[in-house]
Amino acid sequence: MTTATPRVETILEPELDVELDRVWRSRPGFIGWLTTTDHKSIAKRYVATAFIFFLLAGLEAATMRAQLSRPENGILGPDTYNQFFTMHGTTMMFLFAVPVMIGVGLYLVPLMVGARNVAFPRANAMGYWVYLIGGVLIYGGFFVNSGPDAGWFAYVPLSGPAFSPGKRVDIWAQMITFTEIAALIAAVVQITTIFKMRAPGMSLNRVPIMVWTTLVVAFMIMFAMPAVATASLFLAMDRLISTHFFNPAEGGDALLWQHLFWFFGHPEVYIMFLPGTGIISSLLPAFTRRPVFGYPALVLSVIATGFIAFGLWVHHMFATPLPQLGQSFFTAASALVAIPNGIQIFCWIATIWSGRPIFRTPLLFTIGSIIIFVIGGMTGIMIASVPFDSQVHDTYFIVAHFHYVILGGVVFPLFAGFYYWWPKVTGRLLSETAGKWNFWLMFIGVNTTFFPMHQLGMEGMPRRVYTYLEGTGWGDLNLVASIGAVIIFSSVVVFLANVAWSLRRGRVAGANPWGAESLEWATSSPPQSYNFRNTPVVAGRAPVWESGGELPVMTGLARDRQQVLLTTVLDAEPDSRHDHPGHTIWPFVVAVTIGIFFIVLIFTPWGMPIGTVLGFIAYARYVWPKKRHDPSVIELPRSVPPAEVPR
Amino acid sequence: MMLLQAPRFTQQSMLDPAGTKAGSIHDFWHFLIITSTVVTAIVFLTLFVALARRRRTADPEAPGEQRSLTRWVGASVAATLVIIVTFLFLDFRLGRALAIPTQRTPLRVNVIGHQWWWEFQYPDSATPGNWISTANELHIPVGRPVILRMSAQDVIHSFWVPNLAGKKDLIPGHETETWIEADSAGIYRGQCAEFCGLQHAKMAMLVIAEPERQFEQWALAARGQALAPADSVARAGQQVFLTGGCSVCHAIGGTMAGGTVGPNLTHFGSRLTIAAASLPNTRGNLGGWIVDPQRVKPGSYMPPNALEPDQLQALLAYLEGLK
Repeated sequence: MTTATPRVETILEPELDVELDRVWRSRPGFIGWLTTTDHKSIAKRYVATAFIFFLLAGLEAATMRAQLSRPENGILGPDTYNQFFTMHGTTMMFLFAVPVMIGVGLYLVPLMVGARNVAFPRANAMGYWVYLIGGVLIYGGFFVNSGPDAGWFAYVPLSGPAFSPGKRVDIWAQMITFTEIAALIAAVVQITTIFKMRAPGMSLNRVPIMVWTTLVVAFMIMFAMPAVATASLFLAMDRLISTHFFNPAEGGDALLWQHLFWFFGHPEVYIMFLPGTGIISSLLPAFTRRPVFGYPALVLSVIATGFIAFGLWVHHMFATPLPQLGQSFFTAASALVAIPNGIQIFCWIATIWSGRPIFRTPLLFTIGSIIIFVIGGMTGIMIASVPFDSQVHDTYFIVAHFHYVILGGVVFPLFAGFYYWWPKVTGRLLSETAGKWNFWLMFIGVNTTFFPMHQLGMEGMPRRVYTYLEGTGWGDLNLVASIGAVIIFSSVVVFLANVAWSLRRGRVAGANPWGAESLEWATSSPPQSYNFRNTPVVAGRAPVWESGGELPVMTGLARDRQQVLLTTVLDAEPDSRHDHPGHTIWPFVVAVTIGIFFIVLIFTPWGMPIGTVLGFIAYARYVWPKKRHDPSVIELPRSVPPAEVPR
Repeated sequence: MMLLQAPRFTQQSMLDPAGTKAGSIHDFWHFLIITSTVVTAIVFLTLFVALARRRRTADPEAPGEQRSLTRWVGASVAATLVIIVTFLFLDFRLGRALAIPTQRTPLRVNVIGHQWWWEFQYPDSATPGNWISTANELHIPVGRPVILRMSAQDVIHSFWVPNLAGKKDLIPGHETETWIEADSAGIYRGQCAEFCGLQHAKMAMLVIAEPERQFEQWALAARGQALAPADSVARAGQQVFLTGGCSVCHAIGGTMAGGTVGPNLTHFGSRLTIAAASLPNTRGNLGGWIVDPQRVKPGSYMPPNALEPDQLQALLAYLEGLK
């Protein structure tokens, strides 16, 4: 073992690239596809898979809009419509919004913190496979007319054994289990990566805001997911082995489900939305030519939102019997979450105010995001009021509200981020002209679709109705909303064409096409399998801008095997080196055994013993020590304090 | 008939309040929409100026510039806090004002949610066995609070008549309570607001608010037994009803029919609508509904009835006569 002394110099050795690539690159061909533990490959898969689910859920929404475009329409019957809206919600929440943000985080976080890979790369690969199995399972059911039909919230008793016979809800409950496992794995991976694998010198007060949001979201996943895991387990037990957790006739309680579900479900909104704010805070500096204003305020706002998010869940239950004082508590918490979110928006506007805006597609989507999110935030405060919510709860007003929040807080930032980081991922730029069409069509389409829904809700149109009567007078506004859906659809077509064009003909981007400041722009586009030739050393919040081109680096990591640097949690001082296991098939195999366990369980209790035995065997092989095993943790001498690193 | 004197049908909307609670919420809505429009306008205006304005300072991070930005952001946060505290104050005050009705003796009605229709029982009759049981049309007196005690037999439903008041869930295993009060006579449509399965979309109801005297007349009539068939056709229709399986699910007061699965039909002929306020109560609609309910409400628990034409006509005559 070499005793590594971090050296502050740039090392240019041609053979170093060759050696590192030999160690880090995935195996070629299909087997390489199954065995890779490269965070970039897995993250790209997460994003691509989630985007396919986004398209499917979008097509479901378009079909529903066609059905609702006029009263008493006959495109979808009640049974099909109920499957469609359940699949739309379930897909968007569980298979798109959370996984896509997980994917974006998994791609960017190691690059932003200057690491070679994520922590626990095998578990990371396994998480993706489990997610994929869950998504394929529920769409398999949907395509054979066994799609869930009790809503994405699956309220008991409607979703219980008495009122939802058949396998539809069982498939839904198991899909929830799969996505929970995947999200929890990603959370552990992200927390460990962010706490232990940051580049030397990247103390917590220098961490990019995108990384902060990923960290906060990872902790939120760890606290929120167990609630829905419990709920879906209880539901599966009620359905499969006749327990009575939710059966009031046998002493169970229907409201228990709602509390467990929303204790997860409300933080889920922020699990989707906080990474969106992270994206905006991360790309604003490149398009305003200044560091984002109010870094400490932004970070504290993100953390505060993460905490408050767990005190809001009952506002989904304002129509259930609640004591007055309890209502007031949840009203106050729901309204006060506007403060940290307001701080973020004020800081962004201040950044734009004092910077020099460059009107490229990512900035357009950012502006659109702020506009749409502010409207969603206003209606959000309105419905924190119990009396007002008692009118609009479960109506199209709420549909309008949360689509404004999620489109403004998730989808628009995602598109902004997509245009921003696509050159990093593929090495090619997207077309600006097509990007502007994409933005304007999306912006107009979203407002045309969802703004009239506020009025529809106040005129009494409930959610989740497959049709409405002529005499209600809701026909015209519904037609307008459906026309808006066509505009959104055309925007997505422009986007897909842009992606296809860019992959073939897009302008070559270079390492840092936007002149941005964070570490992911300090390596090639696309990054090499090992991310950085040498571990960068960081001395501020905008390392690329501050270093003036060449980043200081440290050396001392092994070249002959996958080795990563571990640093301390607070100050990111070099701590030790750690060997990664490399590419392996076993995470995939373990994921398949988990799939067997839960899918067979839908049909027979034998799924449990069969899955357990297979899973045990696969997992034993997964963790089996390698023959030529180097001691994995070696103490390193402390590095030069960051302050002494020359610029 | 008193129903002919029943006043206008009001379009279902919380923006056209006709009840105490809906009125107060509508006033609060004005505060909400004005405040949020002003705030949104200021935010958007600032954003647009920030994007378009001419830059003066060369260095965006100059200390003076940073200080001024910090002051503005701080002031914005303070303003947000003031608005939110005002909002909370008004909201808490309104919430407590609407919690329980204060004046006059309330009327009490039990509401039972079924997949996919509403059952209304009026228990405060002198003789306990003689409750009114009706379906999908809730008669209330104008200007008197009505306390609704609500339960559900199957899944969760939510009682909502936007012109009168906000909604409240009906939850199996929990008894919930809300109250409504109509300011003016009228017919107000309401609809189930919690997804309850296949026909959630067609689980509507009418609230018929009448002056106290008319309401009492209605209640008196509603408490009585069903009218005997008026002629031989209607008598034949009664036989069809009693022998053809209808009575397994439906009750008609004063006959052998005592089913409790579907709506009580004792005074069916006086109802304005059928199939949970999905269709006007006309002979054609009723015939179509009886023969093939799945065409009107796919998934409904009412089975199709293959009746001979004369049997059907007789049944229709009988049901129409149940004023």
